[in-house]
Amino acid sequence: MEKVKCDCGHVNPYGTYLCESCGKPQMEDNQTLVDMRYEGVARRSQTYRKTFIDKIWNFFSSVKVGIWIIVLLLIASAIGTIFPQEMYLPPGERAAIYYEQEYGILGKLYFQLGLHNMYSSWWYLLLIASLGVSLVICSLDRVVPLHRALKTQRVKRHTSFLNRQRLFSKSDDVIETAEEDIQKAEKALREKKYKIYKEDGNLLAEKYRFSRWGPYVNHVGLIIFLVGCMLRFFPAMYIDENIWIREGEEVVIRGTDGEYFLRNDQFIVEYYDEEDERFRDSFERTGGQPVVETYQTSATLLKKVDTGTVGVGTELEEVKQYDIRVNDPLTFEGFSLYQVDYKLNELAEFTFTIESNLDDYNGDLSNISFEVDLYNPEMVYELDGGYRVEIFQYFPNFYINNRGEPDTRNRIPDNPRFIFEVFSPEVDHEEERGELSLVGVQINEPLVDEGEVNDYSIRMIDVDMNHVTALTVRRDRTLPILFVGGTIFMIGLIQGSYWHHRRIWLQNRKGVIWVAGHANKNWHGLKKDIEFIIEGTSIPMPEDQTDESNMIEEIEGVKGNDDATTK
Amino acid sequence: MMQQLSSNFLLVAFFLYLASTILFAVSITGRRFKNKEGEEKNKSGLLGYIASILAVIASLLYFIFRWIAAGHAPVSNMFEYTTFLGICMAVAFVIIYPIYKNNYLGIFTMPIVMLIIAYASMFPGELQPLIPALQSNWLTIHVITVALGQGILAIGFAGGLLYLIRVVDFTKTSKKVKGVEFILFCIFCTVAYIMLGMGFGAADYEAQFNYVNENGVEAVMGYPMPPLIGPNEGERISEGFEPFLSTPAIIRSNDLNTVIWSILGGLVLYWGLRLIIRKPIGGLIQPLLKSVNPQSVDELSYRAIAIGFPVFTLGGLIFAMIWAQIAWTRFWGWDPKEVWALITFLFYAAYLHLRLSRGWHGEKSAWLCVIGFALIMFNLIFVNLVIAGLHSYAF
Repeated sequence: MEKVKCDCGHVNPYGTYLCESCGKPQMEDNQTLVDMRYEGVARRSQTYRKTFIDKIWNFFSSVKVGIWIIVLLLIASAIGTIFPQEMYLPPGERAAIYYEQEYGILGKLYFQLGLHNMYSSWWYLLLIASLGVSLVICSLDRVVPLHRALKTQRVKRHTSFLNRQRLFSKSDDVIETAEEDIQKAEKALREKKYKIYKEDGNLLAEKYRFSRWGPYVNHVGLIIFLVGCMLRFFPAMYIDENIWIREGEEVVIRGTDGEYFLRNDQFIVEYYDEEDERFRDSFERTGGQPVVETYQTSATLLKKVDTGTVGVGTELEEVKQYDIRVNDPLTFEGFSLYQVDYKLNELAEFTFTIESNLDDYNGDLSNISFEVDLYNPEMVYELDGGYRVEIFQYFPNFYINNRGEPDTRNRIPDNPRFIFEVFSPEVDHEEERGELSLVGVQINEPLVDEGEVNDYSIRMIDVDMNHVTALTVRRDRTLPILFVGGTIFMIGLIQGSYWHHRRIWLQNRKGVIWVAGHANKNWHGLKKDIEFIIEGTSIPMPEDQTDESNMIEEIEGVKGNDDATTK
Repeated sequence: MMQQLSSNFLLVAFFLYLASTILFAVSITGRRFKNKEGEEKNKSGLLGYIASILAVIASLLYFIFRWIAAGHAPVSNMFEYTTFLGICMAVAFVIIYPIYKNNYLGIFTMPIVMLIIAYASMFPGELQPLIPALQSNWLTIHVITVALGQGILAIGFAGGLLYLIRVVDFTKTSKKVKGVEFILFCIFCTVAYIMLGMGFGAADYEAQFNYVNENGVEAVMGYPMPPLIGPNEGERISEGFEPFLSTPAIIRSNDLNTVIWSILGGLVLYWGLRLIIRKPIGGLIQPLLKSVNPQSVDELSYRAIAIGFPVFTLGGLIFAMIWAQIAWTRFWGWDPKEVWALITFLFYAAYLHLRLSRGWHGEKSAWLCVIGFALIMFNLIFVNLVIAGLHSYAF
């Protein structure tokens, strides 16, 4: 493509609208004001339109396309909240049934369109990806030439650049004191912290140029953030596990490769004091239901130590103790353990004794008792007086399966039952069978032929319960990236939002003073600055060329004309 | 004691907002009388601003004393948050007014602040204990930043509404007129809701029903306003007329009933006024706004949004994500409230990008400011109260 040489001698890239150096418009556009967007630089997207790559580039470099992507994302996101997403369904509900059952035909449609998992659908992710592409291309397309143009801008600008600025005026006649006036203005500008550039008695005052980079900085932040999010597609980047730990128990922390263990020393649920004066009205209104104040697991973190001796087994070393609460996870080596759930009063241990059913029994069994751990029971109990009890079978969570046999649902002792085999001192347990009975909570059935009874039965005399805590184990290696991205984004956003690039051109053209101003966004602030600097000089106040004689309208309005005429 | 003190300050603040509204109104309507004496200027604009500053101080005292009384920042339920949002809008006004010295902005902002605070008072206002999920300094940081951001964005809405009423031609019927009238109608509905709520509340009204809830279980439902529509298989326990219709179990019929009452009340207020003045309400206000410079109001609301957007983003997305990572183990979970914060962010991002192109200044931009505020209100009211999610502990 050919470069274009401006009258001032500067060679501009093809497609330049305003000369990068003197600002003279290079194309006619029949507008009263020059379009100052991106300083009128030549952007790749406006220049190359041939190849396939050009077309892609041009498509994504358009702010309009960017806005469309934002709007589509917005609409899609809103649709995703009409009904709950699948991950928020009540536990145990099946999506295929739930949506139709709860929300009728619309729910069914929602499910069939896959909107119940919308935020991880391919097309939603595609939208986010195209937002990312748009961010990159839009920014690159503009920032490079913009940077060059702001660097090469000259102090002296072409008249057709000046008089087509939104804020512009020139003195009607030659002003005798033009030079002094400009000097005065320069002093005032310095007071207002403007940077001053001078050339042949002409002046360019500029401040807050850095705010022009704000949008690009925040786009970079966003891109880093999106990249961070994308990294979550690699399972190695994060760990998300759950562990249940009973009080007193030590379990390996999943995801740490057996390196770390956690012991639950105590789990507590605390409630607000119902007598608390502050919240009396609230308790009254909600009907006196207790309100939880704290969920807390007092835990000890343990680390496996290498003892150096092979086969000795693992030895654990205490690393730290911590009270894990909601909003206060335990963190170590990038891992965090969060309090997420609990179960109070899970059965932990039964204590049994033996009773005799024989009428003529005269021994004393009252001292005999044995404790059975419900998670990990011993199978054989040798008792005083030569009695022996064996666990013939153990069902932690008893039920009768569909073949009509006793079975257990899982290993959690929600409904524990034992089949005990009792050997009295006279019975040789290696040669003979003992007496069988099925024992559970409020259950005690001898397993004998009809009409017979056991000589001995086993009776439960004590129950020990335990609290169980559920913790989520997390490690997310993308967090630092997200944090950096978010921080850069915020910096860019603030940079571009709370400062605005302002420029004032003052030119002395053979005694006639030309003044023009341009601001990105805050025109009000620029006008006030100009008012300040021209005070006490004969420099004319620039007119806002977009204003449509509001002054006249204002006077008429005050006089009380009821007809609402506008523009 | 502290709580009583705090409530008193809120009441004082409310009347100061009212005083400020009146003073700003005097400042624009009274101008022509004062102007006869040449240079003497109407001081009521300044007085209105001073009243708004005093109101903000009183509001902040409410906030501080309630904080001391409860032991946590008073931003943990609907009453507290909504009140604070109103206060933040007033704070934003106090910050932005000196830049543009626009008294019209005062007349539009102060009544909206009052309306938001009055609306908040419809929710149970007693001190509530904090559940474990809320016990974090991030509650304070996240919620205060969000409210401040939304308060500043709401100034953009006040500016947008001012702009629309200033420029729309009310002499002809058009979509624009209908749009502006609809905004005003919504405001009337809110007023009606507050009036009805206060009226029936003062009369201790409650209608009770036995009904069958969405899980097929029999339960009791209370109505704060006379039941026009009844619950699923509802049977009235308390004395009174039977409702005209009954609703399916999935709908919370007492809330819907309240909404219907508010709309009816809004219709009565709106059409009552319209029949008296015989023209659109916007057309009634417009002559008062003749001396408003549309371009400067346009810039003002753009500025407000450019200032509010980073604050909202910081509080509503960034701080929100940090807290979510600590409290809920993940920084983002597509909870409806999170999604609607993202939607609000995307919306204002689209607005800011649209402002780059010529055709979206002025009127279109003003409409967007209004829609943005509608999104904020939607997220506050609808998402909290209707769409269930993790944030729904708001009562």
